[in-house]
Amino acid sequence: MEIFGVPSALFGSQLLIGLINGSFYAILSLGLAIIFGLLNIINFAHGAQYMMGAFVAWIALTKFGVNYWAALLLSPLLVGALGVLLERTMLRKLYKLDHLYGLLLTFGLALIFEGIFRDQYGISGQSYEVPELLQGGVNLGFMFMPIYRGWVVVAALAVCFGTWFMIEKTKLGAYLRAGTENPQIVQALGINVPLLITFTYGYGVALAAFAGVLAAPVYQVNPQMGSNLIIVVFAVVVIGGMGSIMGSILTGLGLGLIEGLTRVFYPPASAVVVFFIMVIVLLVRPAGLFGKTA
Amino acid sequence: MHKKLLTAACTAALALMAGGAQAQISGNVVKVGVLTDMSGTYSDLAGQGTVVATQMAIDDFVAQEKPAFKVEMVSADHQNKADISSNKAREWFEREGVDVATELVTTSTALAVMKVAKEMNRVTLMSGPGSTAITNEQCNDLTVHYTYDTYAMANGTARAVTKQGGKTWFFLTADYAFGHSLEKDSSAVVTASGGKVLGSVRHPFPASDFSSFLLQAQASGAQIIGLANAGADTTNAIKQAAEFGITPKQQLAGLLMFISDVHSLGLKNAQSMYLTTGFYWDLNDETRAWSKRFFDKQKRMPTMVQAGQYSSVLHYLKAVKAAGTDEAQKVMAQMKKTPINDFFAKNGQIRDDGRMVHDMYLVQVKKPEESKYPWDYYHVRQTIPAAEAFQPLSESRCPLVKK
Repeated sequence: MEIFGVPSALFGSQLLIGLINGSFYAILSLGLAIIFGLLNIINFAHGAQYMMGAFVAWIALTKFGVNYWAALLLSPLLVGALGVLLERTMLRKLYKLDHLYGLLLTFGLALIFEGIFRDQYGISGQSYEVPELLQGGVNLGFMFMPIYRGWVVVAALAVCFGTWFMIEKTKLGAYLRAGTENPQIVQALGINVPLLITFTYGYGVALAAFAGVLAAPVYQVNPQMGSNLIIVVFAVVVIGGMGSIMGSILTGLGLGLIEGLTRVFYPPASAVVVFFIMVIVLLVRPAGLFGKTA
Repeated sequence: MHKKLLTAACTAALALMAGGAQAQISGNVVKVGVLTDMSGTYSDLAGQGTVVATQMAIDDFVAQEKPAFKVEMVSADHQNKADISSNKAREWFEREGVDVATELVTTSTALAVMKVAKEMNRVTLMSGPGSTAITNEQCNDLTVHYTYDTYAMANGTARAVTKQGGKTWFFLTADYAFGHSLEKDSSAVVTASGGKVLGSVRHPFPASDFSSFLLQAQASGAQIIGLANAGADTTNAIKQAAEFGITPKQQLAGLLMFISDVHSLGLKNAQSMYLTTGFYWDLNDETRAWSKRFFDKQKRMPTMVQAGQYSSVLHYLKAVKAAGTDEAQKVMAQMKKTPINDFFAKNGQIRDDGRMVHDMYLVQVKKPEESKYPWDYYHVRQTIPAAEAFQPLSESRCPLVKK
């Protein structure tokens, strides 16, 4: 059986792969959307923080024998803590200025982080093995599905929807949202808004690091793994609507699927299809698919 | 006594006749410039390691040959950009008295610098770049392409794999000039060796997820998946092929791989792959001795680019000493007429098109259990003789080649 001249088995497998890549986009764009939505900072260091997440997992395994499961927790905590430090010492000073300043600062930081890791570990990257529990794969009939990739989708979706729930449905989330709308009043109600903001940034960064650990067994862990991805993720955020939590999750998954299909029908366009969609969305609906028009 | 005096007088007279400047070394210093990628994609296979190799060549030359002139080195990061390279080279030649530009990984930087060097009558020695254009359409008489080129790599691997029974091929090709030419060269060899190319897919450059493309390769049913890409693209594709259970049912052939790639992948991912290389540290006692010295300084075993860099710089310096001048044309004549015999090459020869031809090696990556010590990565399956390894002069498109 064929769908538009492509064997249906290949079609099905490409959809599945699109979903897997989409979960990476979703979790990364979610972190960016949270940081932008609550801090008004365009976090260009997101790709570098994703890379550091992967590297911390690799270093923990090879130098200290810390396994994958522990790294999944440890690495976001460590990289997130670094995020907290950055927010306290640098980003804080830029909130009153234009977005551009935050972008430039985080962009500079990204280059510095990448440079440090390149200097220490070289450019070719390191191999991180798939954890024993998730090795191998299942034959789905139309494709051989590595178990690890299935786990990536489950873990990413769980974290994404958990985050959405926390922000949209809990009291903590309500404080957060209120704090960004009107910090003075929320502060007057006895809530420590600066602390809230610090931890929001830390959490966004931790999400990037979490995605990094998820990616480590799939891609080579190398200092530039983030810079290749970050531009696409920015496009995802723009398409979804800056600051929209659910928008960034759904757009991430959707664009993963579209990109996957482009790779079958017209591979040369697969690198640009996301940007093509971004242009159309910006022309037709400048606030993004899920964004609220100001 | 008389005889000695006479010889001295004659030499002096000859030197005078040849014109004062040429009989000596300008400023009594020979300056070697290393222009390489210190921080980008190619910094592991070339980079700092080529600077270390150059310094080793200079130290060895001074210790063994005790030249009357001084030898110095300068180095710079060309960031894989042609404009930065040619500006730096020009500055070196014009203001800093650099005699020879070396290394030049990334073809675009190589092509830019060889033009500047030719214009200013300086020699260029290339170890890192791969394009065959350097010794064909773009060739000139002051450039040596030393270590390898895409023809030799694709040719060696594609022919050997096809002859060993890998008759049907599918290419995974990086979508830019380099990938296209690698695919084209390899396809020609596969067909000529009795194989068949079933198809190819072009992936964006750079890419990180190859699963879509790999599944297309899998669906083609080809025995061999040829990787017409390089660096991180190649390593990611290999890793993911194993993940999706494509290998070992179908085999991969890396058309441009270096030992630094195998090192970063690990043997578990890279095992059983075929690739072609111009140098392997564990070939014989000579290569081991040199490579261990290199390892002590760099903490990594040398790639072929780094070993070739040492060999090319040493060959150049010896030619300067033998010619008694650093004038480019004379040094080049000396380099071309002297065969290269060291740990890197046996009877290596620089042809009229600037191609240094030497034996290449077809190797297969060891299985993890076969590797007995660090960096024990390859089985050498075949020595490809110099005459077969490189593009024959009869096919050359270089105007300097007389047919």
